[in-house]
Amino acid sequence: MAARSGSLRTYILTRLALVVPNVLVLLTMVFLLMRVAPGDPVSAALGGRLPPAEIARRREAAGFDRPLIVQYWEYISGVLRLDFGQTLTDNRKVTDIFIVNGGATLTLTVAALIVALGVGIPLGLWAGRRRDSVSDVGIRLFGILTYAAPVFFTGLLAQILFTSQLGWLPSGKQASAITQATLDERTHIFLLDATLAGDADAFIDGLKHLVMPAVVLGLLITGVFIRLIRVNLAQTMRDDYVEAATARGIPEGRVVLRHAFRNAMVPFVTVLGLQVALLFGGAILTEQTFSWPGVGSQLLRYLNNRDYAAVQGIITVFALVVVAISLLIDIVNALIDPRVRY
Amino acid sequence: MSVVGGAPLPTEVIPITTDKRKSFFARIWSAFLAPYRRSQGVARVMLGVGTAVTSAMFLIAVFAPVVAPYGFNQVSADGERFPKQAAPSSEHWFGTSVQTYDVFSRVVWGTRTALEVVALSLVASVILGVLLGLISGYFGRWLDRGLVLIMDALFAFPFLLLAIVIAFLLSDKIGGGIATAAVAITVVYVPQYFRLVRNSTVSAREATYVEAARTIGAKPGTIMYRYLLSNVVQSVPVIATLNAADAIGTLAGLGFLGYGIQPTEAAEWGYDLFRAVPDATAGIWWTATFPGLAIVILVTGLTLVGEGLNETLNPTLRRRRLLTVHLPERGSPPQHPAVPDQNVEAQDPSAPPEVTR
Repeated sequence: MAARSGSLRTYILTRLALVVPNVLVLLTMVFLLMRVAPGDPVSAALGGRLPPAEIARRREAAGFDRPLIVQYWEYISGVLRLDFGQTLTDNRKVTDIFIVNGGATLTLTVAALIVALGVGIPLGLWAGRRRDSVSDVGIRLFGILTYAAPVFFTGLLAQILFTSQLGWLPSGKQASAITQATLDERTHIFLLDATLAGDADAFIDGLKHLVMPAVVLGLLITGVFIRLIRVNLAQTMRDDYVEAATARGIPEGRVVLRHAFRNAMVPFVTVLGLQVALLFGGAILTEQTFSWPGVGSQLLRYLNNRDYAAVQGIITVFALVVVAISLLIDIVNALIDPRVRY
Repeated sequence: MSVVGGAPLPTEVIPITTDKRKSFFARIWSAFLAPYRRSQGVARVMLGVGTAVTSAMFLIAVFAPVVAPYGFNQVSADGERFPKQAAPSSEHWFGTSVQTYDVFSRVVWGTRTALEVVALSLVASVILGVLLGLISGYFGRWLDRGLVLIMDALFAFPFLLLAIVIAFLLSDKIGGGIATAAVAITVVYVPQYFRLVRNSTVSAREATYVEAARTIGAKPGTIMYRYLLSNVVQSVPVIATLNAADAIGTLAGLGFLGYGIQPTEAAEWGYDLFRAVPDATAGIWWTATFPGLAIVILVTGLTLVGEGLNETLNPTLRRRRLLTVHLPERGSPPQHPAVPDQNVEAQDPSAPPEVTR
C-alpha cells in the first residue's frame, strides 16, 4: 500500500486521466449516430421550405459538404472550445438553449433529488433495519409501485386530482403567465429570479408550480433509493463491527445512524451517479407532461423539427454533464471511503 | 466472483447441467422451479404474487383477440361510430378515447404489444450482451478495453435519451413499428449484460477448471461454451426480469414522446397516455387511468418476480428455508457416510443440506 495522502492524489489523477478516453468515445458515438442519419441535416430540417440553391448555400455554410473526417475534427475541436454548434431551424446557439432553458431543468432535477433523498433515505433505513417486518414489506411495495408507475402516468393522475378535481395546485409551465411575463429574467432560474427581484408572490407561485413535477419525478427515484439503502443497510447490519456495537449495549437507533449508516452509504453514493441518467430521462418525460420549459422539451421540439445539429449539440452537453457528475461522485466517494483509493 | 477456497457450489448452481437422467425439458423445468422451491418468507410471497400477475398479463396478451371486444384501431361497430371521449359504460367498459377508440380494447391489445417488444429486445440484448461479454472477458487485451470503453459510455448515457435518438433515427428508415422499438430498447440494455458477464468471465478465466480445459487443448469457443457460459450466466435471470420491467417503462416513455410504436401499427399504452394529456386537465380521467394502471400492474409483477429471485439466489441477501434434519434413531449404529455418498448428495438438487444465513 502506498502512502495515504499520495494514494488519494494518485487516485484522483488516474480518475481524471480516464475522463479523456471516456469523453472521446462518447463524442464519437454521438457524432456517428447523428451522421448515419438519412440525408444531410440541412435538407432534413429545411427541405421543401427553402429553394434548393439556398439549401446548398446553407449546407456549405454549416460545413456539411466537407468530408466526414473534417466534420468530425470540427465537432471535437468545437466541443473543446465549449462551442456545441448552432441550430439549423432557428439559428440559435446550443449554449444559449442551455442558458435559457437549463435553469428550468436544473430547478426540476434538484427539487426532485431533494424529494427523493428526503423520502427515500428515511424509508430505506427504516425498512433495512426491520427486515421482513410489516413496515418493511409496506415500504418495499411503495418503492416498487413508485418505480413501476411511469412519471407521465403519475403526472397525469396528479393533474387530474390536484388541478382539475380539487383545484389545489396549478400545472403547466414554471409559473402563471402573468407572473412569468412581469418577472425580470436575469439568471433564467425562475425561483432565483423571483428572489433577486424580491417578488414574494412570484416565488410562491413558482413553488406551487414546482411541487407536482418535483414530487412526481422525485418519487420515481425514491423507489431506487429505498431499494439501495435497504439492501446496503441490511448487509452492513450483519457485519461484525455492528454486532460488536450492539453487544456493547449501544442503543439500536444509534448503531444504525452512527455505525452502519456511513458504510451503507458508500455503495449508495456510487449508484447515485448512475441515477443521474435516470433523472435526466425522467426529466424529459416530466417536462413533457407538465409543459415544463426545460432543455428536455427543447430537445423534443428540435427532434420533431428534424434539426440534427441542435439534437447533436444538446445530446453532447447531456453526455458531458453525465461524465462530469460521475467524475465528481467518484472523487467524493474516494474522500469518504479510504477503501476506494486502492 | 470466484469460489473462495475451491469449495464446490452445488447448492447455488441451478441444476441445469448436473442431472443427466432427466430429459432436457424436465431439467429446464426443474431449473425454472428451483427458486420457487428454495424461497421462503417474503421472497416467496413476492415470487408467487409476481408470477401470478405476470402470468395473468401474459394470458391476456395471448388471448387478446378473445378478450378484447374490438380491434385495436376499430372506431365503429355494426356500422355505428363509437362516441368520442365517452365515459365508461356497459358498451365501453373503460370508456372511449379522443380518437373514438375503445379504451378497454386498446389496453388489452397493448398488453400484447408490450410483451412482444420486451420479449424481442430482451432476447436480443441477452444474446448480444452475453456473447460480447464472454468474448471480451475471455480474450482480454485491446478488444476488451475497447468494448468496455464503448459499453461504459453507453451505460452512463441517459438511457431514455439513447432510446429516443435511436428510435428517431430508425423510424425514418424502417418505420415506427415493433422492430424499431425493440432495437432502441435492446441498445439500452446490452451494456448491463455485457458488464455482468464480462466481469464474471474475467474472474472465472483463471479458475483451475478452465486452465485444465486449456491444457488438454480445448479451443476458445469450446471453453467459453462448455466451461464458462453456465458459470457466468447465473445472475442473468435476475437482471433480465428487472430489465423486462424497466423495458416496459422505456417503451411506454418512447410512445409517450411520440417515438414509439405508431398507432396504425399496434396499440401501445405510452401512446395512449400521450393522447390523454389534454384530457387530464379537462376532467376526463378514464383515458389516462386504465392504460397507466396496466403499465403499473405489469411492471410491478415483473419487479416482484425479479426481487424475489434476487432474494432467493443472491448469496448476500439469501434467506432460505431451514430443511428438516433427520437425526438417527437412538441406539441405531452411527452412520459414517462414505465419500461417494457425499458426492451424490451434493449433486442432488432436491435436498441440499443448508443452513439459513
